[in-house]
Amino acid sequence: MIQTDILIIGAGPTGLFAVFEAGLLKLKCHLIDALPQAGGQCSEIYPKKPIYDIPAFPEILAGDLTKNLLEQCKQFEPGFTLGERAETLEKQEDGSFIVTTNKGTQHQAPVVAIAGGLGSFEPRKPLIPNIASFEDKGVAYFIKDPEVYRDQRVVIAGGGDSALDWSIFLSDVAKKVTLIHRRNEFRGALDSVEKVQELKNKGKIDLITPAEVINVVGHDKVEAVVITQSQHIEKEFELECDHFIPLFGLSPKLGPIANWGLDIEKNAIKVNNALDYQTNIPGVFAIGDVNTYPGKLKLILCGFHEATLMCQSAYQIINPGKRYVLKYTTVSGVDGFDGTRKEAPKAVVKAIN
Amino acid sequence: MEQDINIKIIDREGQAHEVLAPTDMAMNLMEVVRSYELAPEGTIGICGGMAMCASCQCYVLSNHELPAMQDEEEAMLSEAFFVKDNSRLGCQIHITAALEGLEVELAPAE
Repeated sequence: MIQTDILIIGAGPTGLFAVFEAGLLKLKCHLIDALPQAGGQCSEIYPKKPIYDIPAFPEILAGDLTKNLLEQCKQFEPGFTLGERAETLEKQEDGSFIVTTNKGTQHQAPVVAIAGGLGSFEPRKPLIPNIASFEDKGVAYFIKDPEVYRDQRVVIAGGGDSALDWSIFLSDVAKKVTLIHRRNEFRGALDSVEKVQELKNKGKIDLITPAEVINVVGHDKVEAVVITQSQHIEKEFELECDHFIPLFGLSPKLGPIANWGLDIEKNAIKVNNALDYQTNIPGVFAIGDVNTYPGKLKLILCGFHEATLMCQSAYQIINPGKRYVLKYTTVSGVDGFDGTRKEAPKAVVKAIN
Repeated sequence: MEQDINIKIIDREGQAHEVLAPTDMAMNLMEVVRSYELAPEGTIGICGGMAMCASCQCYVLSNHELPAMQDEEEAMLSEAFFVKDNSRLGCQIHITAALEGLEVELAPAE
């Protein structure tokens, strides 16, 4: 069981900044995120895009913002459970909470802060009627272990970076890789597109475009996919394969959080914005894009503010009655849990003769 | 207001809404839909308007001449679901006086 002071669900900018603010109050944090890396939307959807409304940054790339936030909070040694989705929240008799992920990892904390953005990112599944019955039987939406595909016949569908990159990678592992896309154009990074072209010319990747997989065929496991291709004349045919991997990107879903007994309005969690962004469950807070209140704005800078106020209230819950006054980092410096200390240089006192 | 234009938007339940949209606030069609709350928050404009999701996909029903599709929009629509010949991403359609009387229908949520 992972124990911490504030358990943060969502490792986007709001969750990462909460780690820093909590650290100033000597509170430890652990973060859970469904994505395999920190940063939330900033690293998943638009890492290379600029943001212009972060105070004091006239322009910063979303990926760099994530990098900076990780750097800023690193001396407070946050723990991470990445690639797992928070599934259940259970209140304990001592007032603490246990949050369990879809992979069974358990976390215990007296305070839970949901910084879940628009929800956890789930794969976009193609609208193929029988596809669900083949999941884990040859159909996968993520590639966890490439070795599974060694000497197998693999069909990948999609036109973005992940479809291109995995086609390239698996062309060295699988017996046969077929890439299917609705258009002749791909929107991945230029060098990936060129690499696929090169592998196609060498006969290492079969490319079928413009085409679409419309059905999966097999008994208990994938044996073939049905493809419709509309080059020159429309035709439909079966392609034998062992695996079908549709890679159509991810889209956020509020997911299991919706069943935790929280007040939900407009796909967001209602909080007390007059005080501390607490939800209807005492000890559970919601900060950043995941919450709603009158006048709510889904801005990163608002998430930072909400995270800061949440930490003050969390301190009161964890240290009831204990005195505390707000300190300025310029005055008192920053003492990391790793033993490091940052502080303003001392003024020089020296006589002028 | 004279800068406003009339747009007819059919929501995902099939209900038609006649709305006024300002032409002087640099708004796009996705933002107009959100400002009138014609689709639930969190189901439209997820990427914020970067043509990086298809949550604002709509079908253009009237014969207006729309700005040509940029590469990003075309690429996104090629991976979206429920796409038809008249599909566009609402976030890429900027509200201008030329769109007076535009009629669109929101595509189903994914």
